[in-house]
Amino acid sequence: MSGEHESGGTMFDDLRDLYQEVILDHGRRPRHMQRLARFDATAKGDNPMCGDRVQVWVAFAPDGTIEQAGFEARGCAISIASADLMAETVVGHNKQDARALFASFREMAKTGACPDCAPALEPALERLKPLSGVHEYPSRVKCATLPWHALAAALDDVKEATSE
Amino acid sequence: MNDVMAATGFDVARIREDFPILRQTVRGKKLVFLDSAASAQKPRPVIDAMVQAMETQYANVHRGLHWMSERTTEAYEAARDAVAGLLNARERAEIVFTGSVTGSLNLMAHSYGRGVLKPGQAVLISAMEHHSNIVPWQMLRDERGIELRVCPISDAGELDMAAFEALLADGKVGLVSITHMSNVLGTYTPAERIVALAHAHGAKVLFDGAQAVVHRKVDVQALGCDFYAFTGHKLYGPTGIGVLWGRRELLEAMPPFMGGGDMISSVTYERSTWAQVPHKFEAGTPPILEGIGLRAAVDYVQAIGYPAIAAHEAALTEHALARMSAIEGVHVIGRAQDRGGVVSFTLDRAHPHDVATLLDRQGIAVRAGHHCAEPLMHRLGLESTARASFGIYTTTEEIDVLADTLTRVREFFA
Ligand SMILES: Cc1ncc(COP(=O)(O)O)c(C=O)c1O
Repeated sequence: MSGEHESGGTMFDDLRDLYQEVILDHGRRPRHMQRLARFDATAKGDNPMCGDRVQVWVAFAPDGTIEQAGFEARGCAISIASADLMAETVVGHNKQDARALFASFREMAKTGACPDCAPALEPALERLKPLSGVHEYPSRVKCATLPWHALAAALDDVKEATSE
Repeated sequence: MNDVMAATGFDVARIREDFPILRQTVRGKKLVFLDSAASAQKPRPVIDAMVQAMETQYANVHRGLHWMSERTTEAYEAARDAVAGLLNARERAEIVFTGSVTGSLNLMAHSYGRGVLKPGQAVLISAMEHHSNIVPWQMLRDERGIELRVCPISDAGELDMAAFEALLADGKVGLVSITHMSNVLGTYTPAERIVALAHAHGAKVLFDGAQAVVHRKVDVQALGCDFYAFTGHKLYGPTGIGVLWGRRELLEAMPPFMGGGDMISSVTYERSTWAQVPHKFEAGTPPILEGIGLRAAVDYVQAIGYPAIAAHEAALTEHALARMSAIEGVHVIGRAQDRGGVVSFTLDRAHPHDVATLLDRQGIAVRAGHHCAEPLMHRLGLESTARASFGIYTTTEEIDVLADTLTRVREFFA
């Protein structure tokens, strides 16, 4: 270890692609971490290997698009931030689009990019991009995807999901 | 270096030379391996013994009449002698080889639990067990109506001995199956008192020694226990081999667990008869190379000697507790008086997984999670912890690296 006093900032500079400011911020101060008072679907996600748990609630608008999403979770900064950004980005999408967004996000989390993603999803994916850094940390990919597994289960009317 | 270590000639630098992996760099940094409680690294003699066996004399055991098989059988059975010596068992026949300590505990739950314990009796565990000493008894309870009792612990992480005695009082407990050292809190349980109380109330005692046997001399006759289980890979040996020691008369009274080759005396379609202990419990081709590796590990540990190992690790643990407690926001989980080289901790405002990922970036390997002890996590009001654990090759400098880096991790998440 170097003798000079590196601050937490410089010592972990190469971790900044994993812990981008957006992630630290949403991990620390999630905006959508709440059980919805009125909801149409809910499901839990569970990662038995590391003990992360999440529950997602979804409310639909009359036209079938997601009007609001909320979650409660225990887990690391990445899983909380991912759940929070998910709750933000799925609003306005119908079930089919939300599933497509999950598929694209999963691709991005695993590989770092999603070259073949539908153009319509691009704004949402751009917002989720800070999470793409997990692809270099195979053991952390499931932290980012767990909330989405729970969302997909809720949309499919399944009560529980586990991350792959 | 303290007196005991000086007197025994313990030299951590020399020991580190025996572990080739410690020369590795991780992410461009010197490896600081603080995850030995999950699985320990392997010294050169263990690696060599296994490779040599494969290169020069490998064959199946107990069945060939040819030279290779005889040599391999000798080498494999020598492991039984080594383990009998390690635990000070009365005789080699009391050493049963399994696949892991999980295998040993499942053997006990199946064979002792279903064959010796009766419905209405109880098994007593503690609130700081690894899942492998919970789930097999739960399965037994649900299948056979054998009650499962759990002895509480204090906030410091020590066994509540008054509660322990009270749980034995009605005489229903047939078996106490309990950790000898917690893999989360580092607590050593008071083995002699446990045995005395259990025996006074008619219960047998099985220790899960997966962690304990790594750090201190275990003498099963001095402890007075009835069964003792441990796993090879945490004792600097290979994966795939575990040990169950039991008193011969108890093992003899137990039915076999798995059926197959090697465990029989004779087989006809009408009936089969069982081999003598320990072979009765060792169905199928055993972990041959793993046994040979375990023997080398046991010899290695014995040559260094437990007094030196225990003194080295006590000094490391004391240093770690002092350094880590001094970092603002770090909370050491578990404050038992009698403890071994496992230190669990949390850091304010940072999840243990994030802590582990940052430490990993500096080449520091710790474990984060529930450590296969979810009920204990609930008892502590936690979801998970980070855990640094020490081995014979761990140095004071490595603990300083951990502590210095933790200070930076704290700043990162501040
Ligand atoms: C106290 C304790 N018991 C049991 C086990 C299980 O060991 P294994 O996976 O080798 O069977 C472990 C290790 O994880 C442990 O620390």
